[in-house]
Amino acid sequence: MGRTMAEKVWDAHVVHRAEGEPDLLYIDMHLIHEVTSPQAFEGLRQAGRPVRRPDLTLATEDHNVPTLDIDRPIADATSRKQVETLRANCAEFGIRLYPMGDAEQGIVHVVGPQRGLTQPGMTIVCGDSHTSTHGAFGALAFGIGTSEVEHVLATQTLPLRPFKTMAITVTGELPHGVSSKDLILAVIAKIGTGGGQGYVLEYRGEAIRALSMEARMTICNMSIEAGARAGMIAPDQTTFDYIKGREHAPTGVDWDAAVERWTGFVTDDDAVFDAEVVIDGSALTPFVTWGTNPGQGAPLSASVPDPESFADEGERQAAQRALAYMDLEAGTRLRDIRVDTVFLGSCTNGRIEDLRAAADVVRGRTIDPKVRMLVVPGSMRVKAQAEREGLDKVFTDFGAEWRSAGCSMCLGMNPDQLKPGERCASTSNRNFEGRQGKGGRTHLVSPVVAAATAVRGTLSAPADLEPLSALVG
Amino acid sequence: MKAFSTHTGVGIPLRRSNVDTDQIIPAVYLKRISRTGFEDGLFAAWRADPAFVLNDEAYRAGSVLVAGPDFGTGSSREHAVWALMDYGIRVVISPRFADIFRGNAGKGGLLAAQVTSDDDELLLKWLENHPGDSVSVDLAEQRITCGPLSIAFQIDPYTKWRLLEGLDDIALTLRHADSITQFEATRSALLPAVGAPEA
Ligand code: SF4
Repeated sequence: MGRTMAEKVWDAHVVHRAEGEPDLLYIDMHLIHEVTSPQAFEGLRQAGRPVRRPDLTLATEDHNVPTLDIDRPIADATSRKQVETLRANCAEFGIRLYPMGDAEQGIVHVVGPQRGLTQPGMTIVCGDSHTSTHGAFGALAFGIGTSEVEHVLATQTLPLRPFKTMAITVTGELPHGVSSKDLILAVIAKIGTGGGQGYVLEYRGEAIRALSMEARMTICNMSIEAGARAGMIAPDQTTFDYIKGREHAPTGVDWDAAVERWTGFVTDDDAVFDAEVVIDGSALTPFVTWGTNPGQGAPLSASVPDPESFADEGERQAAQRALAYMDLEAGTRLRDIRVDTVFLGSCTNGRIEDLRAAADVVRGRTIDPKVRMLVVPGSMRVKAQAEREGLDKVFTDFGAEWRSAGCSMCLGMNPDQLKPGERCASTSNRNFEGRQGKGGRTHLVSPVVAAATAVRGTLSAPADLEPLSALVG
Repeated sequence: MKAFSTHTGVGIPLRRSNVDTDQIIPAVYLKRISRTGFEDGLFAAWRADPAFVLNDEAYRAGSVLVAGPDFGTGSSREHAVWALMDYGIRVVISPRFADIFRGNAGKGGLLAAQVTSDDDELLLKWLENHPGDSVSVDLAEQRITCGPLSIAFQIDPYTKWRLLEGLDDIALTLRHADSITQFEATRSALLPAVGAPEA
């Protein structure tokens, strides 16, 4: 019987297998950042263990870094301490680090792919759940906890139990104005925040094949929000074209050999998935969340649902609590929800294509006077590229703030936070209570919806905007 | 890691589903670099509410947390397990755990005991109606007793064995150091490496 791509990657990395034990899997690339690594290094030191493969380990600073005044020391003492600890640990154990201010610094899941370190068929881990992002390349990539970080540092392996596999087939063509963010939000609303639990999701079908690498990364990124361990997309010409020419990509004859090798990491025609979901991509529309978990979403054209409409008691209660926290009333049209903040960034939607798409919406327009918009590139390289294209100017002319790279307002860990009661249209991945700052309210949206929302001040899609010609004429 | 065999302590009924790790320990507490002392961050936002279960004197010293389904969803932060354990929780009971949380719990020595939804409801009800009652958990027997209730729970055999033995992951793996070295010798030369830090 054939195997799925996840199974092939798995099988190619088994170091040790024994009845009744988890498989011991080799890890090809280990990404680390300042939040989940200090205790891992502390553990190594306590046990007197070295890092087995510093050459397969890469560190960057992202969660705590401010996105303004990055040439100055971090003001917050605990944030500074975490970042300084990472620097000391990397120096002590011989690990390459991209510190704040470095041209290669950025969010860990943006840095790996942009350097060509993320390649098909690899196993990639990081002490961060959105490591699933790298699965867009056909890598088996997943988040791990701090003691697993210590384990990988010490052994370059992880004991793991096989995952189940789920095929998510997206048929047809995404309509104009519908992005991969809308698609993944719709997938999560369909299968639920627990629907992917225990599974590696493989996204397939024409709609997926038609997506760019960056759009694919957005989808795999949010697999974790469906409860899945990882998301994957089979490598194809789009994948190879993206990797080619990057620093760590193979070159010359190695390139051809690598492409041949990568091409093997696709699901066999006769492979069987443990579960299958089919979604009609051509029926999708812009999608936003109204609640406090990423499964609580609806098409932008819909209204805030009535908790009573949920058959399941747990879901009903969750919806009630969510509406109370979000200060929303059932029946309110989503398009009428006013926000005071728009955040464009994060490892979900902080790449150059995301910035371009949003810039195309706001170019020549003016921000709603009551809205504050933060544009935060996912890495310093994305920032530099955007500035070469003049996107920074488009955003600042519009009235948005142009920042340096970091996780920023994706989570309340650095100076970019919502104040209690503030409401944000955010391109990030989590709308949990307090995620963007204590008491803050989050609506997850795509980059173009974020942009259109900043123009109108209420949740909006670009199609809701007056044509520029009307404004000019 | 401390071995786990049996535990008896006050049960805390946390009648909520989808208790995500941002609620268990908000991101702001992750800035610390130590491995202990996270108890003050446990459910920090909810504890600000006087009506929250842990603010009830009867449950304050509890060590067996009984929650609704989908406990530990969200971020992979292991601090969630540390915060629970630093607070004194030794067992979490739920009808369904998020995978990463379940894994982190087993490694940290926290028992994540999975029960049926019906049994979970019975436990919650009993503890709500009998504040301060104890719950006993026997890992070897996979059994929870509380008042008149005697409930079986699920745990995968490997995690169970490790918890019972109190075994450290890395020590277990390093028994296979030769296999790792052998595997490295056969890895494709095409795979990328980061290289050493610039001097
Ligand atoms: S951008 Fe957000 S989700 Fe991504 S790594 Fe940073 S904090 Fe995590």
